[in-house]
Amino acid sequence: MMRDGASGSAPVMTGQDRGAHAVLRGVTRVYPGAMAVHALGPIDLDIGHGEFLAVVGPSGCGKSTLLDVLAGLNPPTEGTITFEDKPVHGTVPDGVGVVFQEDASFPWLTVHDNVAFGLRRAGVDATEIERRVTYAIGFMGLKDFTKAYPAQLSGGMRQRVCIARTLVMQPRLILLDEPFGALDQQTRLLMGDELLRLWRETNATVMLITHALDEAAMLSDRVGVMSARPGCFIDVLTTGWPRDRDSRIVADSAFGTLTGKLWSLLRGESLKAIGSREGLTQSAGA
Amino acid sequence: MTRAAKVGWSRIALIVGSVVLLEVLCRTKIINPLTMIPPSTMAVKLYEILASGQMTDDIIQTFSTVAIAFVFSVIVGLGIGALVHALPRVRRAIDPLLASYYSIPFFVFYPLLIALFGLNTIPLIAIGVVFATAAMVISTLNGLDRVPRVLVKTAKIYRMSPLSTVMLLTLPSAAPYLFTGLKLALAYAFIGIIAGEFILSGGGLGFSIAYAYQNFDNDTMYALMMFVLVVVTLMNAILHMWEQRLLKRRARA
Repeated sequence: MMRDGASGSAPVMTGQDRGAHAVLRGVTRVYPGAMAVHALGPIDLDIGHGEFLAVVGPSGCGKSTLLDVLAGLNPPTEGTITFEDKPVHGTVPDGVGVVFQEDASFPWLTVHDNVAFGLRRAGVDATEIERRVTYAIGFMGLKDFTKAYPAQLSGGMRQRVCIARTLVMQPRLILLDEPFGALDQQTRLLMGDELLRLWRETNATVMLITHALDEAAMLSDRVGVMSARPGCFIDVLTTGWPRDRDSRIVADSAFGTLTGKLWSLLRGESLKAIGSREGLTQSAGA
Repeated sequence: MTRAAKVGWSRIALIVGSVVLLEVLCRTKIINPLTMIPPSTMAVKLYEILASGQMTDDIIQTFSTVAIAFVFSVIVGLGIGALVHALPRVRRAIDPLLASYYSIPFFVFYPLLIALFGLNTIPLIAIGVVFATAAMVISTLNGLDRVPRVLVKTAKIYRMSPLSTVMLLTLPSAAPYLFTGLKLALAYAFIGIIAGEFILSGGGLGFSIAYAYQNFDNDTMYALMMFVLVVVTLMNAILHMWEQRLLKRRARA
């Protein structure tokens, strides 16, 4: 069942005190064709400077579409996006880094050359490349693997390579599309810690797309909850975690409360997404 | 000794063993000397032919024809492959044609090619190209099909131009499949051209083998056959070694 995309019932999310870093207004995305698919929106969203925002939603709700339009990988059908007060429309702005769920490492390059790829493309001078690559490789714990090829590494390590490759470009906005989706739960928790460390160290703004409620609850300052397709924000929760946090907060009782709250918001939407009768009855009654 | 080394040695042993066996069978006249000469005699005769320079022009003619056809097929095959990959509708239309391409006996067109271009190397190059291009097209399509979509997105993040995307991401990503295309294109170009020279040509290695055959000159015929086999095997071995070096990096440890 498709919602009326123009109803505009999505709440405007305001960023943190430091002002908005990225702003989306009335953003929709419709995949054209004989059977046009209204995948996203309308979305109104402010992402604050230095904020860690997680976005959760049922599968197929348009989370990745949201990331793609914000990154400039695809233009929105309607609406406007600005990053650092400049419009974004189908081209990736300077200062934006993206990490994907799929393994995006280049199998023909060593870890070192993978990480250096973007800097070489950008024509950065050799000593600066070496300095930044060494730092990023060290930061991601890949020091012993600089000369290894991705095929020789585990899935988690390859994802570290991709994160290091994004990190060296010194992005001010880091977009992560389910980056740990293919990893096991324990590795995911540890990679979450790495991500928090990276976020603190770089002062970058982070938007993390995930389907894992615990990951969203553990990592972010705010969690945006999306509806089933076409994805709109149905709520946004502030976690209230201190900036200096790590995966040990999963033992905090507030973590359980937060995850529970996320699931109660999402359950009906997830049922809709899988086409369950209960979900359809609920949405018909809503 | 590693497993790979053992396999390598077994392969060499098999080849050497077969040659020795053939030598013994010929020397003991179990194989009629009128049918086949011993490999050692072929080698001696080949040395004489090469040293005398009597075949140099033919050798140059065949190899230059193969080289032209190979380079042409690779460029045209890559181009057509990339174009067809970018046009899914055309792809759907020609996919079955590509799949059944090698069931066509192209040599029936050889007289036509001679009528069109004359009795020179152009019909030979044409038959080599016709033979080799489809292999390159199919391999290019295979390779491009397997380029992960995420690499295309990555290229956009680095704001790469279409040309640098192709050169730095698409081609390296598809390289293992393109290599298969190169190997097949070389083999097919050789087959097409040597066979073409056999049928209707005034020179080249294929012609020389056919000429020796028609004149009951077994020694020359076998020596030249040996030459063609050795050269083709060496060329393939070089490509194979290059390919292995490339693949080694991508293989899981």
